[in-house]
Amino acid sequence: MTVFQHILIVLGVLFVLLTIAAGLIWVERRLLALWQDRLGPNRAGPLGIFIVVADTLKLFFKEDWIPPFADKWVFVAAPAIVVASVLMSFVIIPFSPVIVIADLNVGLLFFLAMSSLGVYSIVLGGWASNNKYSLLGALRGASQMMAYEVFMGLSLMGVVMLTGSFNLQDIVAAQRSMWFIVYQPLGFILFFIAGVAETHRLPFDIPEAESELIAGYHAEYSGMKFGMFFIGEYLGITLISAMTVTMFFGGWLGPGFLPPWFWFGGKTAIFIGLFILLRASLPRPRYDQLIGFGWKLLLPLVLANLLVTGAVALLLKK
Amino acid sequence: METAVHIVEDMQNRFGSGIILQEPAVDETPTLWVTGENIVTVVDHLRSKISRPYSFLYDLCGIDERNRTKKNHLPPADFTIVYHLFSYDRNDFIRLKVPLQGEYPSLPSITPVFVNANWYEREVYDMFGIRFAGHPHLQRILMPLTWQGHPLRKEHPARATDMGPFQLWDEKQDAEQAALQFRPEEWGMKRHSDDADFMFLNIGPQHPGTHGVLRIILQLDGEEIVDAVPEIGFHHRGAEKMGERQSWHTYIPYTDRVDYLGGVMNNLAYLLAVERLAGIEIPDRARVIRVMLCELFRIASHLVWFGTFAQDLGQLSPVFYMFTDREKIFDIIEAICGGRMHPNWFRIGGVAQDLPGGWARLVQDFVHYFPKKITEYRKMVIDNSLFKARTRGVGIYTLQEAIDWGVTGPGLRACGLEWDLRKKRPYSGYEQFDFEIPTALNGDCYDRSLVRVEEMRQSLRIVAQCLNNMPAGRYKAEHALATPPDKQYTMQDIETLITHFLNVSWGPVIPAGEAMSCIEATKGANGYYLISDGGTSAYRVRIRTPSFPHMQMVPYISKGYTVADLLAILGSVDFVLADIDR
Repeated sequence: MTVFQHILIVLGVLFVLLTIAAGLIWVERRLLALWQDRLGPNRAGPLGIFIVVADTLKLFFKEDWIPPFADKWVFVAAPAIVVASVLMSFVIIPFSPVIVIADLNVGLLFFLAMSSLGVYSIVLGGWASNNKYSLLGALRGASQMMAYEVFMGLSLMGVVMLTGSFNLQDIVAAQRSMWFIVYQPLGFILFFIAGVAETHRLPFDIPEAESELIAGYHAEYSGMKFGMFFIGEYLGITLISAMTVTMFFGGWLGPGFLPPWFWFGGKTAIFIGLFILLRASLPRPRYDQLIGFGWKLLLPLVLANLLVTGAVALLLKK
Repeated sequence: METAVHIVEDMQNRFGSGIILQEPAVDETPTLWVTGENIVTVVDHLRSKISRPYSFLYDLCGIDERNRTKKNHLPPADFTIVYHLFSYDRNDFIRLKVPLQGEYPSLPSITPVFVNANWYEREVYDMFGIRFAGHPHLQRILMPLTWQGHPLRKEHPARATDMGPFQLWDEKQDAEQAALQFRPEEWGMKRHSDDADFMFLNIGPQHPGTHGVLRIILQLDGEEIVDAVPEIGFHHRGAEKMGERQSWHTYIPYTDRVDYLGGVMNNLAYLLAVERLAGIEIPDRARVIRVMLCELFRIASHLVWFGTFAQDLGQLSPVFYMFTDREKIFDIIEAICGGRMHPNWFRIGGVAQDLPGGWARLVQDFVHYFPKKITEYRKMVIDNSLFKARTRGVGIYTLQEAIDWGVTGPGLRACGLEWDLRKKRPYSGYEQFDFEIPTALNGDCYDRSLVRVEEMRQSLRIVAQCLNNMPAGRYKAEHALATPPDKQYTMQDIETLITHFLNVSWGPVIPAGEAMSCIEATKGANGYYLISDGGTSAYRVRIRTPSFPHMQMVPYISKGYTVADLLAILGSVDFVLADIDR
């Protein structure tokens, strides 16, 4: 692959991702409306798709306010961190046999490292805002991430054991005969729960908990800085969906009459829809219940899953 | 049976001649005049020293008597403080009155006996400038701290045009700004304990979880609530003062807006008292129309509560389904009344017009449609395990605490007391309807929700009975004071024409006297205590609303829980800010 082709892939992936993140504004609002017996945005353009343009323009033209009481540099840096860390994670995702930016042999570890960085944006943003609601949101965010980060990584280790590699292309290739969802159903469920918590979407949206903390850690943000958190959240959803597909649902694998990227995109879209459906249907647990759920129930489960997978793998090797 | 007269005799023996029995008021509530020095002992006696005690302070209010012309041999008084006590065992009210003389009199506080007297006494102080000795925190409650004068005194103007143009000088602005500065000590809160610095979190007046302009100042240790102080009055519109200006008839639309989710139910509470004073018997058809509309509004109000409560707990969708169904109820209301949230539909002596043709089909459709929806919503929200985790064991109070704090309505029934005014003290013909009183046992947020959901089912039963048994006849009483008066004979007979003209232009003259109503409104016991001096408007309108004592209780039941729980508690209490502030 030439350098030129490589740059093309990087730019292409970036473009597609940002388009998806923006498009999700429309998708989420329309889907929520569908499930809530409403119409949703349906005026601007065909099926209201231009709401994306309107929303983006609006964000650009909003006053970009930095509160005088805020810690200026940290306040500005926080929203950039979330977008940057999520975009970096996409580097290792195999969209098809050829479209992958960096085919790292520690790909999975890289993903986990990057997703851990995301919490910095919440903590720094909430702290720098110098607002009590933001601070509460940031504290909640930090402890939630801490609890769910731990078993997010562990829930994927079952797959790594079955494949024997951290490389995502290897993991996809290993699913040619059977998707890992069959061998690792518990791992999938746990990873998905951790993923929802990681992207702090309902029912795990306690860092922003609208009815309690107004907007939590990003209460003081406006304009495009708020937009960055927004994009970061949608990119996060896409990332977790893409990872779920890669790890448990055969990645780009699919019948040959359609190109691999199509299969990958289609499967990812289903999980994005699932994220939105979760938001439409579930109430939010209380902060301590959520943390307790993570440490007391999910962590032991993930360890048990690891133990059983390891034992079975060893048994089969013999 | 030991009657009120026996109690009076007994008390006269105990407390001497300081106690006078007033000739019965129009509403037949036994009324005693007690001197200021005696009030605490008398109240304490009634609350704890007699068998079947009066354990519930239903209402406490003041009256400025200085302009009153028909005093009916009452003890001389410039101001009167009125205490309404209620006994659940006797199912009876008793009214105590304390005559006060002087410009700014004072009397002892009864807060040592009744905890919920706290806010009521603050309100009396705010509205009349009457001081209560021994009150723990006698400060304005509804008006701004910087307000000049006491609004319900007769010399205080009721209209902005009587007050001169408003001007905000720099000094005034600075003073107002300074008054907004939050100092925890003034609210009785400490900045730190032995091992922690507290954080003060200001929830509201603009906050998505408070359902209106309510401010709650939280003293937090981490996320745990050490203390909470609600600040109310943002929604205060002087509804009681307006009653002294508006005619008996033109005051009806103001009542609509007190509990703005209850719609015509407020009209009913007001009119029951007016009709009592006027001695009007309501025809059956009008009664049943009233009951039907009230129960439709109860369902509509509970739907708003249900949806927003789920939303407070982070469940985003139910509120849309429930508002859609509420819209179906409003379609019926609109077809019958023309209005939606504030139809202003009841009139002195009946309702504004007869039911329109085709009303039965609309109601029939709804009665068919709604039961399976209740089941569905129950499954969606109440049976959700996350919902249970958020509401079970949160915001608990016992039955005794509920009575002490003056809780009524679903919040009381959730503690296990099967008490519904529609059954126990029927009004407007409720005794003829067949329905049950849903109750629960634990008095937590979950039980309060359960009770409300079941109440919707019972209300629907009542609506169905109204539909199937709507009596024929007049929709308004044939009475001289029924307003607007019948026009039938006006063109034939000059006397009728004159009466009609006067009743329409000045409004009816309601005979002097006092009467109190008490209905089971959407949120609890709602009542109007009206005093007529024989004029075209009320001398004093006192609105007893359920949300006021409920809000007063919130700090008590939220201590020790987290911020997230507070929102669940606020949601489960189901208040309306206008119902608190009036």
